Amino acid sequence: MWKELRPAVVSFLVLSVITGLLYPGLVTGLAQALFPGQASGSLIFKKGRPVGSEWIGQSFAKPGYFWGRPSATGPMPYNGLASSGSNLGPTNPALIDAVKARVQALRATDPGNTRPVPVDLVTASASGLDPQISPAAADYQIARVARVRGLKTDQVQALVTQSIEGRQFGVLGEARVNVLKLNLALDELTHAP
Amino acid sequence: MTLNGLFQIVLLLGVLFLLVKPLGGYMARIYEGNLPSFMRWLSPLEHLFYRMCGVNPGQEMRWTSYSLGILWFSLLGVLTVYALQRLQGFLPLNPQGLAAVTPDSSFDTALSFVTNTNWQGYAGESTLSYLTQMFALAVQNFFSAATGMAVVVALIRGFARHSVETIGNFWVDMTRSTLYILLPLSLVLALVLVSQGVVQNFSPYPVIQTVETTSYDNPSLDAAGNPVKDAAGNPVTVKTTTQEQTLPMGPVASQEAIKELGTNGGGFFNANSAHPYENPTPLTNFLEMLAILLIPAALCITFGTMVGDIRQGWTLLATMTLVFVIMLAVAEYAETSGNPAFTSLGVNQQVSSLQSGGNMEGKETRFGIVNSALFATLTTTTSCGAVNAMHDSFTPLGGLVPLANIQLGEVIFGGVGSGLYGMLIYAVIAVFIAGLMIGRTPEYLGKKIEAFDIKMASLTILIPPLLILVGTAAAVMMEAGKSGVANPGAHGFSEILYAFSSAAGNNGSAFAGLSANTPFYNLALGLVMFFGRFWLILPVLALAGSLAGKKRIPVGAGTLPTHTPLFVLLLMGTVLLVGALTFVPSLGLGPIVEHLTMVGAH
Repeated sequence: MWKELRPAVVSFLVLSVITGLLYPGLVTGLAQALFPGQASGSLIFKKGRPVGSEWIGQSFAKPGYFWGRPSATGPMPYNGLASSGSNLGPTNPALIDAVKARVQALRATDPGNTRPVPVDLVTASASGLDPQISPAAADYQIARVARVRGLKTDQVQALVTQSIEGRQFGVLGEARVNVLKLNLALDELTHAP
Repeated sequence: MTLNGLFQIVLLLGVLFLLVKPLGGYMARIYEGNLPSFMRWLSPLEHLFYRMCGVNPGQEMRWTSYSLGILWFSLLGVLTVYALQRLQGFLPLNPQGLAAVTPDSSFDTALSFVTNTNWQGYAGESTLSYLTQMFALAVQNFFSAATGMAVVVALIRGFARHSVETIGNFWVDMTRSTLYILLPLSLVLALVLVSQGVVQNFSPYPVIQTVETTSYDNPSLDAAGNPVKDAAGNPVTVKTTTQEQTLPMGPVASQEAIKELGTNGGGFFNANSAHPYENPTPLTNFLEMLAILLIPAALCITFGTMVGDIRQGWTLLATMTLVFVIMLAVAEYAETSGNPAFTSLGVNQQVSSLQSGGNMEGKETRFGIVNSALFATLTTTTSCGAVNAMHDSFTPLGGLVPLANIQLGEVIFGGVGSGLYGMLIYAVIAVFIAGLMIGRTPEYLGKKIEAFDIKMASLTILIPPLLILVGTAAAVMMEAGKSGVANPGAHGFSEILYAFSSAAGNNGSAFAGLSANTPFYNLALGLVMFFGRFWLILPVLALAGSLAGKKRIPVGAGTLPTHTPLFVLLLMGTVLLVGALTFVPSLGLGPIVEHLTMVGAH
């Protein structure tokens, strides 16, 4: 019996140590040596205190900030401990109602704006932690943010334009704007609303 | 589709095709024991390892011992993964102090990772300790992939050899797959992923102060931790505010790399490759997609090399690519078209230079439509099951594509090893059908295909549909099955059908609205995953043994050439026809009805 089992047991143990302890240990060591900031979560610091991560979005609901993607995490939006999409199907009335309510909320804070709302601003992201919005979604909110903060539209427009990241290497993915970084830059410009 | 979208797809396939030949040739050398010079330094360690295991690497096995080795090795995996989850509260590398996982979820997850399915009923960031993630799950990511590769190599030897009884040594094939192929590729990929922002550490989760205070309705819980409900049955909530956010951490990059390369697909976090810490940039997304396709595609070339006719490998790869492109086109079209219900609400879904447009529910901004539909197609044509967008929120036709891909048997590139052995089974069926049409004894690569071989091939083709359709039918008739459904109507049926397809196909992606972390689904899907894996591996190895024992027939005037465009069409027709005949009725009840409802309403 042992003769048959020995290859299974010994190879299982030895290869488990190699792939399950040595390999992740080696990657961690190299990662912390070569890319310490990235390996530890790409945190953003303000006055020595972490205020967020470049990759993990935060919830913004005040009209003086740019809003990010709606988040379906529970119980609060952008819950880092419970990444999740809404998983609502395309014909589910709950999805249609949610989108309708989001459109109304945007219109209520910005009555003069009658343009159609960019789709990513009213649909929940896959992770519930999406740090970014499309340039169209940022553009849609410029007038509102400028009015609430008492800034000129051009100033906010310039800030948004600076914040747009194009496709990576000009090819990959989609153009996008990091909401947290944009809002932090806004707070540099004027005090938080 | 925009020109840029098309270019991103062409670029991915272009880079893939540049890599398949060198990697495929390299793998053939590894399995033939002819190590390239840059890997020879590992050879003494490899042989020391065999001595410790009591394995004579020169001694080959018949298909029965080869199968037995796989079963023992997998059984140890199931027991270990189960035990580590149950005991994680007492073990180190658990900075969040996470408690033991429930028995039914541990059972489901153990079978899920050992069978290369990586179906996840749990949310990693709030359930599993770092030790469980890396020492239980990531280890199985390596082992289940290496097992799949060993099986396909055994089957390839069945075609390549003649008049012998053995098909290789499982311990050697599995060890070499791990040491010389999976580990080096994972190491390189993991480091590139970290450089882009994938986390890799053993720290506790940091808590940060957010810029704005978040107000939300917090559900009240009673002493037992169950939600409190009012008289009308609605959950009672309390207005709560917070200015804290907890960021999940862990050894993510090392696990992410093997998760894609081994077509495992089990995410470190609940949101899988949609999570910004697993997949932060378009480049990481590109590399993860490439990693999913890389080994399955390159194995076609390994096959061609080992049977001594590389054209046979290119033929299979061409067939796979052709079906892939068809499926991809449907998914891209459906998701770009968006949701007609949104347009009437004043929502702009048009593609422009400022937004990707389309159906963005359940998708990430950085990936947009093109890369989400692409990822969904390739994660289900392979048996990966990682997701960068939520398939449950795809349009009906966009969601039909991943479902149908899984139901076709994941032979379009397919899982690491399992994709190619699935496709070779289809090739056997294709020459059999051709043989019936022209009235000759079918043969493939000089091997006469006889009654026993067709029986084994038929088993591997028939078992998955049996598991999927019977499982779905049973679940929709039981209260325990129906109560997991999240979306009303036809979509709810699709959720159940998807779950059983994903489990039987060892895929692991989901229409994730389904509440599958219940004793019913954990048990049912766990068993389906087990049968979907091992009930296929055994007939495939039996076929390998049978083929290896046959004499080789010389090519004659009546031999059907299997490296021509005609054979590509025949093979593609076989795959699509078998899939269509089996599953179209069930697809009709789910996504197709939903599609008609959606377009009919607008």
